[in-house]
Amino acid sequence: MNRRSLLEGLGSALTGAALANFASPFGARAQGVTTLPFANGERPLVRYPGKRPLIQLTARPPQLETPFSVFNEGVITPNDAFFVRYHLSDIPLSIDPEAFRLEVKGKVERPLSLSLTDLKTGFEPVEFTAVHQCTGNSRGFVEPRVAGGQLGHGAMGNARWRGVPLKTVLDRAGVQAGSRQVTFNGLDKPAMPETPDFVKALDLDHARDGGVMIAYAMNGEDLPWLNGYPLRLVVPGYYGTYWVKHLNEIAVIDRVFDGYWMASAYRMPDNDCACTEPGQKAAATVPVRRFNVRSFITNLTDGARVKARAPTLVRGIAFDGGYGINDVLLSQDGGRNWTETHLGADLGRYSFREWRTEARLPAGTHELKVRAINRIGQSQPMTPLWNPPGYMRNVVETVRVYAV
Amino acid sequence: MRGLLCSSAIFAAALSAAVGNAKPLSYELPEETATLRPGPDSETAQSNCMSCHSVDYINTQPPRRGKEFWEGEVKKMIKSYHTPISDADAKTIADYLARTY
Repeated sequence: MNRRSLLEGLGSALTGAALANFASPFGARAQGVTTLPFANGERPLVRYPGKRPLIQLTARPPQLETPFSVFNEGVITPNDAFFVRYHLSDIPLSIDPEAFRLEVKGKVERPLSLSLTDLKTGFEPVEFTAVHQCTGNSRGFVEPRVAGGQLGHGAMGNARWRGVPLKTVLDRAGVQAGSRQVTFNGLDKPAMPETPDFVKALDLDHARDGGVMIAYAMNGEDLPWLNGYPLRLVVPGYYGTYWVKHLNEIAVIDRVFDGYWMASAYRMPDNDCACTEPGQKAAATVPVRRFNVRSFITNLTDGARVKARAPTLVRGIAFDGGYGINDVLLSQDGGRNWTETHLGADLGRYSFREWRTEARLPAGTHELKVRAINRIGQSQPMTPLWNPPGYMRNVVETVRVYAV
Repeated sequence: MRGLLCSSAIFAAALSAAVGNAKPLSYELPEETATLRPGPDSETAQSNCMSCHSVDYINTQPPRRGKEFWEGEVKKMIKSYHTPISDADAKTIADYLARTY
């Protein structure tokens, strides 16, 4: 079944590629071009096997962004539209699901070597909905601009994940006393051996909190290849950097992991705002952790025209790092006055939360702003915060509309 | 008779699915198409940078960030990712990028 759906995905992708065989500055596979609203924001839309045309940031390794209109289709992001982010270019292109093993080793009483069947039949499955978001989502909007993946808002998505609690697997292996962290490695490798392999670590307490999942399915199907087939770590509420794809190695260690991707990369200023004065370095840094609060209008794009004095639906999504969204407020006057919106179905504290309201706008130009507040009172800044790597952008977003 | 044939075919298919033909699954990436902007010394950048990543990594960076920005990027590739780029090539590449992007 799963194998068949993968093959069908390949088939439709091939058809798409054949249809798209027209001249394009970005090559034969490009299905068109889109322009993200910042300088040098032109990107090809490229169809990968199993994916609809997505915004291609880079080809090797693949980095694909979800077109923003997808977030207005529903609160669950379809697998074929889900964003893709790799760091290292030697990504797995052949995987034998029968031979695949997840190794659990290091400071454990009983090292494990688990097949996919072991994981699917030997453990009680768990399922929850959670947002996955790249730490550098929206980096292209950061001013002054910073180096890194120049993303719009499309390096995020919300899916129903199914798998096994990491805690259960660690318990079966038996974590030794004195252990401090757990590291996670996947099948992707650097182009040259000197480049640090992509390995991430969680503190033992976090790894054993029962929420972290070894996922094998997403929205009722096997994980899409580019989203980590056959296994990925799901760390609900935490930035995507920890959600290791093609996960095949878990190691318990008795120290704090000092690999490049923890000790040097994905670190934020060690202060309450995770920010510095624009252009300034941080005095001290710590690994990034939970998502901050974000919200978006999804049904009106910047520059949209609406009917003056008529009811206008305004809707969108909001999420946070797992406390849950309590309120979403909309301003129709650039942030002077705010009104509550209606929240949609609650799919769990890690999920996108839909919100909607009705506006009646007099003729003229209006700045719509949206601001969410979570259950512990955290919200979004009215002016953007800045940090050197361009991480964790969560400013109150603005959509300008013209009522005529 | 036809029913029998049909059901035995289904049985055979089910059996092969259950036993598994242990074939690895594979994935085919679309071709890589990005090229660097033309200019003096673009070949030095092309040959060094492309050994690890496609050059859309470069093409999508914010425009006109200047020499310090690109020197920092080349330095990151050498110090953080341990790319073997000679000092002379590193300077040539940073100059090309600052001039061209």
